[in-house]
Amino acid sequence: MRRDVFQAIADPTRRAILTLLVVQAMTPNALAEHFDSTRQAVSKHIKILTECEVVTHKQTGREIYYHVNPEKMKEIDIWLERFRKMWEDRFDQLDNLLNEL
Amino acid sequence: MINNFVFEPDMAAKKITVTREFNAPVEKVWKAWTEAELLDKWVGPKPFKAVTRMMDFTVGGIWLYAMIGPDGQQFWVYAKFTAIENGRAFSSVGMACDGDGNPLPDSPKSYRDTKFSPIDGNRTKVGMVITFEDESTIKMFVEGGFKEGSAMSLDQLDELLALE
Repeated sequence: MRRDVFQAIADPTRRAILTLLVVQAMTPNALAEHFDSTRQAVSKHIKILTECEVVTHKQTGREIYYHVNPEKMKEIDIWLERFRKMWEDRFDQLDNLLNEL
Repeated sequence: MINNFVFEPDMAAKKITVTREFNAPVEKVWKAWTEAELLDKWVGPKPFKAVTRMMDFTVGGIWLYAMIGPDGQQFWVYAKFTAIENGRAFSSVGMACDGDGNPLPDSPKSYRDTKFSPIDGNRTKVGMVITFEDESTIKMFVEGGFKEGSAMSLDQLDELLALE
């Protein structure tokens, strides 16, 4: 199955999890408390996020804490920036063409 | 000249809104977006050139064109017009295809709504909403672009761009 940053953000629950983790690292229990869905459902989303490499975990004492991997999240920005630049270039070419018409 | 370029992604909605102003009246801008010989002059992002093979700008008609790279690599695009409001707006759906216009298997679709409106001083504002069918449109780029380095990413980007 496909695992990439876009798969990670394709689901509203996963986006909500990422939003929480951006603010602070959290344990699976603390995360699950924010959602109405079952713990299993939440941990399934966490598993996908981990497989997509946008979330990592660290063991601190007896607790596991989930963190956001900012490097991975940057891929979206990089893609969007290239896409934006491409449209800017196209429009500049269109400006030139319109001047000639 | 201020062109008020806006590029607003909404990844949750798989949607990107783009607006831009042009220093020409609507009739001219509309022509440049809807006539093949004019489109070929600006839609190819450097160093790619756009070459139209077929253009039928009617509802249900298609625009079949290729992006041709400096090494001769070709990315063919099939765009079908789904709505046209003459001089004001048109909608299209695009996907990757072969040189005969047969859509590639599993090619994700993307949808584009483009609106043209006159603004002061004989200028034109173009507003475009690009909606991706699913993230896999983006994934194609990510997988090609990020795993195989920058040379590949340009190809992939054009392939992707061609899709909208």
